[in-house]
Amino acid sequence: MSDLSPENAAIAAENLSFAWPGKPPVIDIERFYVERGERVFLRGPSGSGKSTLLGLVGGVLTPSRGRIHLLGTDLTALSAAGRDRFRGDHLGFIFQMFNLIPYLGVLENVLLPAQFSSARALRIPGGDLAAEGCRLLAALGLGGDDYLSRPVTELSIGQQQRVAAARALLGRPEIIVADEPTSALDHDARGDFLQLLMAECRTQGASLLFVSHDTSLGAMFDRVVSLADINRVALGSTRAAVNA
Amino acid sequence: MKTLQLAWRSLRNRRTTALLTISAIAVSVALLLGVEKMRSAAREGFSNTVSGVDLIVGARSGQLNLLLYAVFRVGDATANVSWESYQKIARHPDVSWTIPISLGDSHRGFRVMGTTPDYFRHYRFAGDREMRFASGKPFADLYDAVIGADVAAQLGYQVGSAIVIAHGLGNVSFAEHEDKPFTVVGVLERTGTPIDRTVHVGLQAITAIHIDWQSGMQALPGARVSAEQARALDLTPQSITAFMVGMESKVMTFTMQRAINEYRQEPLLAIIPGVALTQMWNLVGIADTALMIVAAFVVLAGLLGMLTAILTSLNERRREMAILRSVGAGPRHVFTLLVTEAGLLASAGVAAGIALCYGLIFAAQPVLERRFGIFLDPGGLRSYDLAILGTIILAAILMGALPAWRAYRNTLSDGLTIRV
Repeated sequence: MSDLSPENAAIAAENLSFAWPGKPPVIDIERFYVERGERVFLRGPSGSGKSTLLGLVGGVLTPSRGRIHLLGTDLTALSAAGRDRFRGDHLGFIFQMFNLIPYLGVLENVLLPAQFSSARALRIPGGDLAAEGCRLLAALGLGGDDYLSRPVTELSIGQQQRVAAARALLGRPEIIVADEPTSALDHDARGDFLQLLMAECRTQGASLLFVSHDTSLGAMFDRVVSLADINRVALGSTRAAVNA
Repeated sequence: MKTLQLAWRSLRNRRTTALLTISAIAVSVALLLGVEKMRSAAREGFSNTVSGVDLIVGARSGQLNLLLYAVFRVGDATANVSWESYQKIARHPDVSWTIPISLGDSHRGFRVMGTTPDYFRHYRFAGDREMRFASGKPFADLYDAVIGADVAAQLGYQVGSAIVIAHGLGNVSFAEHEDKPFTVVGVLERTGTPIDRTVHVGLQAITAIHIDWQSGMQALPGARVSAEQARALDLTPQSITAFMVGMESKVMTFTMQRAINEYRQEPLLAIIPGVALTQMWNLVGIADTALMIVAAFVVLAGLLGMLTAILTSLNERRREMAILRSVGAGPRHVFTLLVTEAGLLASAGVAAGIALCYGLIFAAQPVLERRFGIFLDPGGLRSYDLAILGTIILAAILMGALPAWRAYRNTLSDGLTIRV
């Protein structure tokens, strides 16, 4: 870990702090690293600054202080449009629920990143987007054509999360960020989903930043980090501020 | 391209709202286009009433008055033109031809016009169209009449029908020239001009039927002149109502106009039909400008409906925007997406509006032509129409910037947070 520098880490945050204008900081992290290919479980109950951290990693928020490097690129040095492009090229997101665009089909949802990022489209072997989309869906347990023709709104939540995972993985982005992707799933589906997701991340060599409050899943990861431990803004005081 | 596709799919997903919005725009566009078509049809019909005539000459009154009674058969002449003055001008070397007009009688509400066969030869309407006979031929005998298409259609006349001319212009007349009946010898093709509502007879016929009349009354039975006796008399009129002039060379028109207006023997007025028509249209045209303004406001209402529909959809689409952002879309993409949506809705509305307008024109055309004599030429979309339609789409896109701006702001504040 000690040889890690911002240049060769997947995610490198140093002295990272963020505050909404005129408010006390919600995030103040001295150092947070994710290695390339590493799978990190980030435990973060609600109110711990989790959304803010993900916004900073995703480049939709800019830190008030400090720097955040992704894959050796200093996000704070990029323009807003540059950060959008970087996110499209190198990051895959899976959210808690409602991950899919309701008016697009299953495959169209999976192929969405290739619409916005030519880099990701180019990384698809042979350039056959549809084949790669089907391969990912199959790898995540949604094989067979009968899923493809169904409106996404008719899929079960578990199936929707798999489609979302396939979309996040399309075009081999180096970093996958999953924000409570299993919290809407039942216990068995949760394990299955996680196994498939991790297997595919391994195949693609992607780093995985998995945020959840469900500590029972932590054992499957390379490392477990508690946001409350690294965020110097005390959890208690945030709660107090929220309740006030 | 991808934005267009996304916008299209998104609209398809909300097709009920989208279709209603498109319908509202379509109806308003059809109205606007229809009003514009009617307007140009009316204007064309108006300026098409007379052409090929260089000057219209009557007793000195107003320009519009002369135009109204000589061309549109509306209103009355205040005075006549003496036969001598007419002859003097008609024989002028610069004058190619003249058409004398004698008005004042009617037949069952249609005006009777005394003229010469030159009328059928020289009079033009709608650019360079000449009068054509649907059946029969010009009048030759003293008691022959040629009727317009409306007269034939409404009164059920054909070649060979006998008609009696009434004295004066009333729809119901108590004084009739029943002793000198006329025979229809010709029916003109429809022209879409006042010709359709006119009964044409020879200039001498007008003199003949009035030969035994004095101060609006027929002479007592003993002093009457029969139809056959009248043939033997000199039927050269003392005066005519007005006449039309065709010049040998158009260049001489203004000189001749000035000469006639300064004619010392008799107070005369010469007008150039095109100039007078334009002046009159400026008067009549106010009404349809008002109609056009109303139609424009209806379009505005349609576009505001679109704005409402898009604004209402924004909140429920915040998660859609967050998903798009997570795969690399910037706030600018979101802005473009919504503006594209507005553009698509307006374009679809305009296209449907064009279809609706033409559908209505084709459906209504026979009725309009039969009942009102308005020929609504569906025609193509002229550059003016296209400019209007383009403006509507442009306005929609500009209005779409409002919801797009709201979505842009939402996107910035929501980031990757999915709000439900």
